Amino acid sequence: MVRIPMTSPASPGNIPHVELRSLDELWFQVSGTLCNLECTHCFISCSPHNDSFGYLSLETVSQSLEESIRWGVKEYYFTGGEPFLNRDIVPILERTLEFGPATVLTNGIVLQPEWLSRLRDAEQRGKYSLEFRVSIDGPTPEANDPIRGPRTFERAMKGVRLLVEHGFLPIITMARTWDLSEDERILGEFRSVLKEHGCDRPRLKVLPRLQIGAEAGRTEGYGQHDRITPEMMQEFDESQLICNHSRVVTDRGVYVCPILLDAPDARLGETLEDATVNFPLSHGACYTCYQYGAICTNPSASKSSTT
Amino acid sequence: MKLAIFGGIYNNYLALEAAIADARARGIDQFYCLGDLGAFGPYPNRVFPLLKEAGVICIQGNYDDSIGNDLDDCQCGYTDPRDNHFAQISYEYTYRNTAPENRRWMRDLPTELRLEADGIRFLFCHGSPRQTNEFLWESTTSTQFLDKLAIDHNADIVLATHTGIHWQRELSDGRRFVNVGVLGRPENDGSTNVWYTIIRTGKDTPKPTGSARWDSTVNNIPIEIDFIPLAYNHQRLAQEMQNEGLPEEFIDTIRNGWWTTCLEVLPSRERLAGKW
Repeated sequence: MVRIPMTSPASPGNIPHVELRSLDELWFQVSGTLCNLECTHCFISCSPHNDSFGYLSLETVSQSLEESIRWGVKEYYFTGGEPFLNRDIVPILERTLEFGPATVLTNGIVLQPEWLSRLRDAEQRGKYSLEFRVSIDGPTPEANDPIRGPRTFERAMKGVRLLVEHGFLPIITMARTWDLSEDERILGEFRSVLKEHGCDRPRLKVLPRLQIGAEAGRTEGYGQHDRITPEMMQEFDESQLICNHSRVVTDRGVYVCPILLDAPDARLGETLEDATVNFPLSHGACYTCYQYGAICTNPSASKSSTT
Repeated sequence: MKLAIFGGIYNNYLALEAAIADARARGIDQFYCLGDLGAFGPYPNRVFPLLKEAGVICIQGNYDDSIGNDLDDCQCGYTDPRDNHFAQISYEYTYRNTAPENRRWMRDLPTELRLEADGIRFLFCHGSPRQTNEFLWESTTSTQFLDKLAIDHNADIVLATHTGIHWQRELSDGRRFVNVGVLGRPENDGSTNVWYTIIRTGKDTPKPTGSARWDSTVNNIPIEIDFIPLAYNHQRLAQEMQNEGLPEEFIDTIRNGWWTTCLEVLPSRERLAGKW
């Protein structure tokens, strides 16, 4: 975590902007804001009824994949909502693996063995990896279920077992709804639980809470001082911010990042070309991204800063 | 032109000595090293006389930058506490045991080098041409990304190391990305050998027999890139690591060829190829 210098809040006139250095990761909001769950900490308030963003079709994704070649995109990420609610998700991932590595963020609950067999075959046919990130918010039902819903721990762990049985090594991602000092104990407990569920090489990723969407109601939103100032950007490695190297394709255009979908200024245009503009870091969530760095990408794509 | 290119040495002076001898036996006397001279192994000072005697042209890896500039860690960017624990043991041992003149030498190394030979433009870097500690894994790096990297950096052949596993990808117009492997430790495949890379171009490329055409060309110049598995006295290295009190986990890797630490940054495909 980055140490933050004491500053005064950014005023509209002095908001730092970040340029898109290179389009390394292209995200797809493949199931929009539609999800089978309604997690109380969801930063874009996904639910079975939230259709403010809808599903992406295989055709839309394919067009973006073609367009992405020109930009030299390195990796593709798929999120929602729950990506496996999109009935095209298996062909979409199969198609993507012809272009590059793919990562899909799932709650693990709706996975079907026949989909995973197809995806296993698609990955083995090609040269790129297919990563699954499964969201589980703690090593026990008592920690997870109050946030993600009744019996979601048990159901997600079944999904983890299914992935392992199909030869995948899922990355378990959890939002930190506990104190930072508890990380090591919770990760240790999680490793033991995952081993009991057949996952003998547990891979874990902790995400900071993003105090927007449903999470703002569960706990609290950002305060007026939780903003990035120009002073904070001095000598800061901008590649720690996802907007420096990513964009997200949705059914409503191209957005700056998968976190700020509800922000009016996050929609940058219709096409990737439109979306290469600099982005003003005016949001509280930008402050979290600044503090923790690389919160959305996989550990293998680590962009730790050099001096 | 013929070159031998070494990746991270990680203090493994026995492998470096064996690699120089092996390449010389193949008629090569021009050597490059892509950085990370320290880490993992014993007696950090022993690599420097070997590098200087053979005239190995070195660039700076993230480890060399850290040791040379008295930084607190190796800048590998691990987040897993176990990975950081072992990375720190290795770093502190190497820092403590590297002579000040060798640290200064590492501090002053360039971060990239360019070479034009037989009309082919080579770019030598550590992780990637744009960032010293960037991991470019075979399974998580698209061809279009590598293509753009080569074009943006005006190179026909980009040579890197950093991940510890050799691989290469053919790009557009004969361009190539080559990860040359490392001399420092085995490749997480259950074999104890390490790897380096030989490149031959132009008239130094072995002539194809019969009517066969050159396998590969850049700008119509033939090029041959060979990954060389290298056996060396790994039992002696393991013994010396033990004598120096380095972690059993590191020694196990040298003896058995499987990585035991710093596994968090591996993509699933590379991780599944290993034992742990």
